[in-house]
Amino acid sequence: MAKKRSAEELAKGQKDISVAEFFERNRHLLGFDNKRKALLTVVKEAVDNSLDACEEGGILPDINVEIIDMGNDRFRVVVEDNGPGIVKAQIPNIFARLLYGSKFHRLKQARGQQGIGISASVLYAQLTTGRAAKITSKTSKSKEAHYFELGINTKTNKPEILKEEKIDWHKEHGTKIQVDIEASYARGDQSVDSYLKQTAIANPHANIAYTNPKAEQFIFSRVVDVLPKEPKEVKPHPYGVEIGVLVKMLRNTECRSLQSFLMNEFSRVGSNTAHEICDNAGLFTNMKPHELQLPHIEKLMEGIKKTKIIAPTTDCISPIGADLLEAGLRKEVAAEFYAAVSRSPQVYRGIPFVVECAIAFGGDQPKDQGARLLRFANRVPLLYQQGSGACFKSVVKTNWRSYGLHQSQNSLPQGPLTIIVSLASVWPPFTSEAKEAIAHYPEIIKEMRLALQDVGRKLGSYVKKKRKVSEQQERINTFEGFIPEVADALFRLSGVSKVKLVDSLKKMLSKSREFVAEHKEKHKVESLVKKDKESKIELRSFEDEEV
Amino acid sequence: MKKSNVVAKKALEDLGKELAKEALAGKQPVLNVPVRALSNIHFNAEKKALEIGGKIASRNFFNIAHAKKFLQTVEVAAISKSLVDAGKHTSLRDVFYMAKRTIPNTKVNIVDDQNESDNAIEDLEVITGLAREELHINANKNGSVAGHVVIEDKGDEIDWAKMGSGGWSIPSNVENVKFKKVKAEYVVYMEKAAVWERLHEDKFWDKNNCIIMSSQGQTTRGIRRLLRRLSTEHKLPVYILTDFDPWGFYIYSVLKFGSINLAHMSNKMTLPDAKFLGVTADDIVNYGLKKYFIKFKDIDFTRLKQIANYEWFKKNKLWQRQFKMMKDFGAKVEINAFSAKNISFISEKYLPEKIRNKDFID
Repeated sequence: MAKKRSAEELAKGQKDISVAEFFERNRHLLGFDNKRKALLTVVKEAVDNSLDACEEGGILPDINVEIIDMGNDRFRVVVEDNGPGIVKAQIPNIFARLLYGSKFHRLKQARGQQGIGISASVLYAQLTTGRAAKITSKTSKSKEAHYFELGINTKTNKPEILKEEKIDWHKEHGTKIQVDIEASYARGDQSVDSYLKQTAIANPHANIAYTNPKAEQFIFSRVVDVLPKEPKEVKPHPYGVEIGVLVKMLRNTECRSLQSFLMNEFSRVGSNTAHEICDNAGLFTNMKPHELQLPHIEKLMEGIKKTKIIAPTTDCISPIGADLLEAGLRKEVAAEFYAAVSRSPQVYRGIPFVVECAIAFGGDQPKDQGARLLRFANRVPLLYQQGSGACFKSVVKTNWRSYGLHQSQNSLPQGPLTIIVSLASVWPPFTSEAKEAIAHYPEIIKEMRLALQDVGRKLGSYVKKKRKVSEQQERINTFEGFIPEVADALFRLSGVSKVKLVDSLKKMLSKSREFVAEHKEKHKVESLVKKDKESKIELRSFEDEEV
Repeated sequence: MKKSNVVAKKALEDLGKELAKEALAGKQPVLNVPVRALSNIHFNAEKKALEIGGKIASRNFFNIAHAKKFLQTVEVAAISKSLVDAGKHTSLRDVFYMAKRTIPNTKVNIVDDQNESDNAIEDLEVITGLAREELHINANKNGSVAGHVVIEDKGDEIDWAKMGSGGWSIPSNVENVKFKKVKAEYVVYMEKAAVWERLHEDKFWDKNNCIIMSSQGQTTRGIRRLLRRLSTEHKLPVYILTDFDPWGFYIYSVLKFGSINLAHMSNKMTLPDAKFLGVTADDIVNYGLKKYFIKFKDIDFTRLKQIANYEWFKKNKLWQRQFKMMKDFGAKVEINAFSAKNISFISEKYLPEKIRNKDFID
């Protein structure tokens, strides 16, 4: 039998967990499971932040990414943007304190959410190479740039400022981060390359310059000079709130009555609706939010469920838009046919979302392999765990055979095809904290399938037309050859002029000629002008490696 | 120009003029070809012959599936017309080479193998109603004959009894052969040249007062026409001698009733009174040939079943008995097996006995 221990003894074993320990235990959740993935995660977090910052500042993003191989599995990652910059006082917290950020406590569509990513990269650098992160930021032309060298105190989760100075920087505004990390970039490893290329597809308003560890430079250039519509920050919709969040909201609110709490802290709740919720919950409208106990809060949840509340506003979402998504795809994937669709906003669990799909068909894409699926959530490429997400499921459950492609059961269609499935939402439901796949909400899968069917139908009619054009062309070619032969034989039999016979017979091909002339332009294979080095980067998703 | 040539020339010219007229009028030219397929063949029990029915296939040049066949047919027609005009004859093989070329600017050949030109020629026969020979196209000559018969061919007098060891070699076109003297009681036609040589060396035709005829391989039209003429013009019975196997029965069937491919020429080809002399299943038993059995393969059973189902055999009890016995044996016997007994067993014993006893199957 185990020896009895006193509470005091047990208390000795209870202590603060340092962030370093937290990181060590949770590195797989944060995208640092192995060296190869770590490189991608660091680049991804920095680029996501840069894009978010530029868009919030109303600036067309110019982003420069550089990875330098320093030998011995050490890499220097430098990401520089032209965003609005960060005020001096905030810099250490943003880069050197875990779980610090502006995005977690609000409902607004953005790439980052939790405020873990970039500081986790800084911590990873510190743990693997012992080097400080070097940050430069400048907020306007007239001001000087601030330069920091930062570490994280792993006991207190507080920034340690190792160096701080004002410097001259050629940029008008922007932020630059440099970290040295342990990582690997294997030969033929395209994860970072592919990630940036996919980012360029979903962000056609961004310019991204990239130098890989082999010192090859790639430029993914901007195709549209307009920023995406700025998403509005919204209050939560009652249907989307979970009990834990509700408890927190009740505790933090400044409202003095339950009714005003419901009206002020939620969207789509007016005084009538607030009354109705309280009635349905059996609670008084003048109860003080701070005084509500758990049983009351449970009743409040039920009251919300019973009450009909109009769907949330959807202007908090900024989808890419069908035209821009197609433009992005067009510039990075050479093909002969493109189609894109942007669905109207829908709601899952009180959270609005928009699904968008695009396809590129034909060209140099491999014909005998499964189609390439590119997944995005809020314009961020999802690279891992393709098979477990809602995007994959909706693609394989769509019947591509009726659009003229081959497809085996529960697999991607076969053919020279790239499919994009993109989700925009204030809170995309990921299956894990690493944000690798979108959860299977029926509402979301339904929207995805409708979007895929829409582009699929366009593809189907294109494929059919194309087949017909080539049949008619084939017909013309065949008869162009046969007619003189038949005319000659008939001349030898009957003595009727061969020239006249040829003329007369060729006239009978005019219908085919007209058809081809009418449709050929639209259905010809676009000459692949874009044969530069960017097009050599393979777009693909990645299976998780064995560590 | 001979009368038959005038007919052929006109038929070919008319065909060309009709098609050219359609083309110049802006109509898609169409060839109307009587269908030469099982679906359009029926058995005329009275005449004991396969006949072609009234089904006609329209072969439109502008139908991509028909275009090549259309071209092949008019090309062959033009070749035939040039032969008739020049008063020359040529072979199926030559016609193939005359038609074979690649259409300029394409990778398409007008004909890829001889089957295609042969088929086009048969189509031309059914379109014009003229036999290949009348279109100046001959098959390869093939086959030998011997007997007390004197004929005249192209002005030469030929005595089939004085043709040395090879016999008279049967030309592909026997329409112009004139019979001067025919002294025979019957004709024996055999599938195998080796058997013919045995009978010839043994002077079987002289001793038994008959005509012996054979081909090497398929029975050609020249042979069939010659048999037909001896049968109709000189009332000679025709006896057929083949291996004991489904293919031997088939040779008999084609000779007697005609074939699907040449159903349109039945009235010139078939031998309604021909009899099957052997080798029969009973011969196998009576002459002790079982030890020379060659085991059937699957394809032999299939072929036997097909033949047993032919309309003209279906109600014939004698034949059904043969088919059943063959099936039960599950084996075939080559006629050459008789040589194992005695080299001249076939000419001195088997055939004289069979003919004396009138041991035929009709």
